[in-house]
This record gives sequence, structure tokens and C-alpha cells, in this order.
Amino acid sequence: MGTRRYRRKTSHSEHGPGDGGLTGSWRVERPVIDQSLCIPCRRNKEACFICWLYCPEVVISRTIPPTVDLKYCKGCGICAEECPTKAITMVNEAQFAGGKKNRG
Amino acid sequence: MQSKTTILNLPPEEFVHPGTRACSGCGLSIAYRVGLKALGKDTILVVPPSCLTVLQGLFPVASTKLPCLNVTFASTAAAATGILASLKAQGKQHVTVAAWSGDGGTADIGLQALSGAAERGDNFIYFCYDNEGYMNTGAQRSGTTPLGALTANTPFKGKMQQKKDVPAIMAAHNLSYVAACSAAYPLDLYDKIKNCLHLPGTKYFHIHIPCPPGWGYDPRYGIKIGRLAVETGYYDLYEIVEGQFRLTAASEKLVEKRKLVPVREYFRSQSRFRVLTDEQIAGIQRQIEEKWEGYYKKDE
Amino acid sequence: MHIIENGNTAAALGVRLCRPGVIAAYPITPQTPVTEKLSEYVEEGSLRAEYIPVESEHSAMAVCIAASSAGSRVFTATSANGLLYMHEQVQWASGARLPIVMCVVNRAVGAPWNIWNDQQDSISQRDTGWMQIYCSDHQQIIDGVIKAYWLAEKVSIPIMVCYDGYILSHTFMPFDLPEQKKVDEFLPPLCPEYALDPDAPANLNTVTLPDVRVDVKGELAHGYMEIRYLLQEDLRLSLAAAEEAEKRFASVFGRGGDPYLEPYRCDDADYIAVGLGSITYQLRVSVDDLREEGMKVGVMGVRFYRPFPDKAVAAALRGKKGVIVFEKALSYGYEGALVSDLKAAIYQHVAGTGLLPPVQNFIAGIGGREIRTEDLTRALRAAVQSRIAEEPVWIGLKL
Repeated sequence: MGTRRYRRKTSHSEHGPGDGGLTGSWRVERPVIDQSLCIPCRRNKEACFICWLYCPEVVISRTIPPTVDLKYCKGCGICAEECPTKAITMVNEAQFAGGKKNRG
Repeated sequence: MQSKTTILNLPPEEFVHPGTRACSGCGLSIAYRVGLKALGKDTILVVPPSCLTVLQGLFPVASTKLPCLNVTFASTAAAATGILASLKAQGKQHVTVAAWSGDGGTADIGLQALSGAAERGDNFIYFCYDNEGYMNTGAQRSGTTPLGALTANTPFKGKMQQKKDVPAIMAAHNLSYVAACSAAYPLDLYDKIKNCLHLPGTKYFHIHIPCPPGWGYDPRYGIKIGRLAVETGYYDLYEIVEGQFRLTAASEKLVEKRKLVPVREYFRSQSRFRVLTDEQIAGIQRQIEEKWEGYYKKDE
Repeated sequence: MHIIENGNTAAALGVRLCRPGVIAAYPITPQTPVTEKLSEYVEEGSLRAEYIPVESEHSAMAVCIAASSAGSRVFTATSANGLLYMHEQVQWASGARLPIVMCVVNRAVGAPWNIWNDQQDSISQRDTGWMQIYCSDHQQIIDGVIKAYWLAEKVSIPIMVCYDGYILSHTFMPFDLPEQKKVDEFLPPLCPEYALDPDAPANLNTVTLPDVRVDVKGELAHGYMEIRYLLQEDLRLSLAAAEEAEKRFASVFGRGGDPYLEPYRCDDADYIAVGLGSITYQLRVSVDDLREEGMKVGVMGVRFYRPFPDKAVAAALRGKKGVIVFEKALSYGYEGALVSDLKAAIYQHVAGTGLLPPVQNFIAGIGGREIRTEDLTRALRAAVQSRIAEEPVWIGLKL
């Protein structure tokens, strides 16, 4: 089945996630959020969200608690570095191998 | 002067999808994401070959939720002019046209078209995201690569020439707005975009972009390194509004603080500066101090 | 209404009639008067278009590509080194499938510098995926611009309307100026399949992979090769669209003919001279003189050069005793461009039938070297009488 019937004849891209595939497969470490140190979690209201601001990949949600979309998180560690209370630690993926998922 | 935006009142709407092909920890991703929040939905983008081309995605998937025209390397500003002209001819002047080009595509191959558009007063906003090299093609030197930086084609001696001061070149066009920003200060970038959109003619933004593979650092330190560039007084955040220069954000605060972090810390944080000698660093430190003496004097 | 004007003004008048939204202008001899005339029309208000005085030809085509992508009808013109400078963009425009119309006022290319007429500039662009038509007089220039817009917008492929610098651009001829309302009838407003729009966002012409790939809707999308194939396929189909353009034009304006070829005294001719543009009208004088001498010769202008009307050319030349191609350009390292394409067409359709004509090639007028009709006549006579040479023969060379 070829592309003869494709609706366009030009290079015309529509938007969607994951152009780079499941970029979560790139990472060596994943961010883990300790809610007892996370400011919006402790105050139970909108506050801080520095991790959301600086995430290059748009995978941290602006929620209480912030969550990380592990499908796409590349494990850069900027969130961990910038968190003012050191609530985020970068943990080696090997710890989660074998199907154990921690959505932080 | 409008009040400064904070993280909490930054609009939550995102214009970029996750899962792009940008490097892990890419500084451009941060600046681009926040920049688009400031530009808003009624925007058409123009992008030449660059890291952003790759970040924006390969056919048929786009990571950006805005319309975008990919163009040849030298023609970014001319293409922005063309879109504007078409929008004007169709009476659609509420749409913003924003060009996002790398430093190579601005300071080197794209400078002619940018100068032409600026001289014509074409009403678009031009962002030069400056990761200080042709990073998309493997980190070769560009006009804005700083003195002493090792790159793929200045592999042992480091770049022998100074960084080209593109904002100064653009300011010489008597633009209504010129800004120097950094990915490490996204809220400053956001406010500057918001403050200039109503001004006439071409608006020029120069954004300092930390680049992990190109500069040689662990991606997690991207924001810290971007901040160090400013806190050492090496790279300044400023705006020139109708000819009036003023420092902004952290750079403005440095005038009050009167204390610069030694620039050696900035250079030693990245492996690309490892061939800079102590004398060279001392020389750069002196240049920085002279520049800041000037700022302090103006403030008095 | 009949007027007397020069070729550049004919082009500008044609452009004005077609109501472009955006014009990009950069001056280069001998195209400059086109840009000047258009600026007069815009400033006096008779042409409502955004006139952009760009800072280079590369930017001129960039403006056209961008404005066309945003939904406007566009125009630019250039010559020689200006066309060469925008070559990267010329390739881009066809790959992007944009209906851009550009006049090329044919001029010799540097090095060394030369401002006079030959056709090397546009001929050097024949592989870029643009359509190309060559005009032989001012009526063909103004009509050609109007037809070009219709055709380009019908097939979404850009088109060059070429005419000889100085010989046509700066000389005066009488021609009919079409009425605006007839042009509006012939050429409706541009209705592109897509125009850049925040309400329907898309990313145009980004990196496209060698292979096919699934899109965000789960459908299999083209790879680069399919997109390029479709350009080629549509170029070949545009030969039929050119015929349709000619018929439509004739029905609205009452004049038209063969979209591909312009023959003169070819029906009973044994030998046919072939050329592109104004040289073919000059050759008509040679043909008339040689007919007086009893030679059965004719001359055929090729109007549509890209896509190449191979079937029509082969049909017109099959069985002839000789074909003599006169050109003002060549593919350096081999032979004239037109003669190569023509031989390929004849071979493709006539080989094996015993009706392949011998073909000879003359190069004339390079860098504006004066083409004397008596030299053309002498060359044509000699070529009819015998095969002159294996390699192309340069007429008027003074080595």
C-alpha cells in the first residue's frame, strides 16, 4: 500500500508529540520527586513550579504534585539541579529495570 | 514599565509537544517554549536550517502547534518580510510574524537579509538563538563563537577572533527594539517579547543559549551556566527601546550589587574553554571590569 | 486596444492585469525597467500590491516563496547573474509547489561580465522543475504572463516567462493590451490549497526523510522521493494544462495557437530551422530568402521549453531531411541545450521508423554578439546543402 492517495503533494507536517519517538528511551537517569520536600505539595497550593518552568521537554506538569511524563523525559537533570528544596533526585534507570515503575 | 511576569502568572498553555529530537537539556528548548507563550497563537514562524529545524520535527510530524515556514539558510528575514507582505495584502495584520534563527543563520549567512529587512522597517520580530556555533551540524565555529572556544573546526587552538556583537549591529539600524536575553532567564525573555510587540518595524532579540554537547558540560547544569554568563558580567541582559539602553533582570541587579563573579568560573564550567590560558582569562576579566565601570558610571 | 510599448513595459502591464498581491523587486540590467514600471503603477495606485524593494535576488525569490506560501499571488523578474544568485531559491520554489511567475529578461552570464542578450541564464535553470516559456514578440510577452499565472496556479508549479534582453525588452512594438475585465474572467483570484494560517497550523518543507513515514493521523505519508516524483509527474501533465490554457485564452481574447510550437512555412518544408525566442522571427527572413532560391525550408519556434513538448517536437520533425537548431546558449562541455533535448525527443519517438532526420547545431549571439540575418541565411543554406560539422558551429565568431 503506497502513498498515492496521501492528501498532499508537499512536505506539510501537522503537529503531534513524539517526533523523536519515545524519547524517554534516551535517558540514563530519571527524576524522582520527594513530595515531602516539594513546595506546592507541602503548601497544597500553586507555588514554585520551577521544575515546570525549566523543563526543556515540556514533560513536567504544572500540578500538585508535579508529575513527569516518562515516555518523553530525556533525563537531562535540569529539574533536579534547579529545584530550590532539592526535592528532585536523578535516579539511575537501572533501579527501575524489570518493569518496576515509579512515576515520581 | 509593565510589572514583571512570575512563574505563577506565566500562561500555562504550551505550544510545543514533548518528544522532540532536541538534545537532552537543550537550552533552545527552554527559550523557544517560553518565547512561544509570549508570542501566542496568532503567530506564523519562519525557521532556517538550524537546531530548531530538528526540534520542530521531520515530515510529517511537527512538534510546534503554530504554522511555520522552513526556508533556506540565508533567507530567514526576507521570508519573514514576504509573509508580512502577504498578510498585509490580505488584511490580516493581527497575525505576528516571528523568525527564529540560529547564530550562524543570523550573524553569518543571514546577516544581509536581516539588515535589508531592518532597513525596510519590516514589522516582524526576529530571534537569534545564540548557542555560539553551528551546533546542528556538529559544533563548528560561527561569527558569534567567543574567543578561545574549541569547536569542531577550531579543534586545538580555539577560535582566534572575538565574538561578533550582533545586537550592536542591529541597534545601528535604529530599530525600535533590540534585546539581549538568555535561556537561563526565561521570564525576562517573556516580558521583553510582550513589551515590544506593539512597537513598529523589525524587533531584534539575541538569546544566549547554553548547549550541552557544543559547550561541553553535563546537561543538568545548563541553567546554572547560563546564569554564570550573566553573573560574571560576561554576557549582559539588556534592551534598547527606541535608542535608550538599559540593563534588565539579573544584569540590572549587578549594577546595584557592584560584585561580579570571576569569569574564570564561567570558563572552567565548560570543556570548550579548556585551552584558554590564565593570561587570556585575566585579559577578558579586565575587559569585563572596564565595561562594568562604564555601566556603574552611567548609573551614578 | 493597440498600444506601442517596449517589451519590459509589456511584461509590467501583463503583471498589473493579473493583480498580484506581492511584488519583490531587485534591479538588474536589462530587467530594471520592469521593476521601475511596477513601482510607478503601485505608487500611482493603479496596482494595489505590496512592493518590496529587496536587498538581493536571493531575497526576491525568498519574498515570493514566503508570500505565496501565505496565500498571495506574487511576481518578480530578473536576468543573468540575478537569476544565478537566486538559484537555490528557484529549486526551492518548485519543490514547494508554489505558483510563482517570474520574468527572465535573457542576458549573458558572467564571468566575464556582459549585459547583452543570450539565453544562458534561463537555460541553465532548465533542470530546476520550473516551467519555461520563451516569447518571440511583445504580444507573446503580455499574453504569456497572463497565461503563466493561470497555468502555474492550475498545476501548482512555478513558471519562468523568458524574453530576450534588449532585442525584446528595450524595443518598441505594437501589441494589443488586454482589457482588465477579460483578464479577470480568464484568471480568477488565487485559491491555494493551503496558506499559512494560525487556525490551521502546519510546518512547511521541513526535513523530509528518504523513506515514507506515518503522520499524526496514522496515515502513511510520502518520503522525499514521492514528493519529487509528483513534481515530475505534474510537470509532464502540465503539457496538457498548457493546451487548456491556450484554448481558454483564445475563447476569452480571441487569439491563440499552438501552445508548444510556432511553425512558419513548415508544412511542406524539407529542412526546418528551430530556435527559442526572437531569433526565430529573424530566421523567418532567412527562410523567405532561401525559399526564393528554391530551398524548401521552414522555421519553428519552440515556445514551451519546460516541460519539453517531446511528442509535438518529434511529430513536427519526423521524416524531415534535416533539422538545424540555432541557439543562444549551450550545455558547456557538450552541445546546445535545445538541440540535445530535441534530439532526445526525436530519438524517443522516431527511432527505428527510418524517419530520423539529421540534426545540426549552430550557436549564435553569445554575449550579445550581433546576429546578422545574412549570417543566419548563409549558415542555414550551408547546413541544408551538407553536414557542416560534428560539433556545434558558432556563427559570427571572430577568432
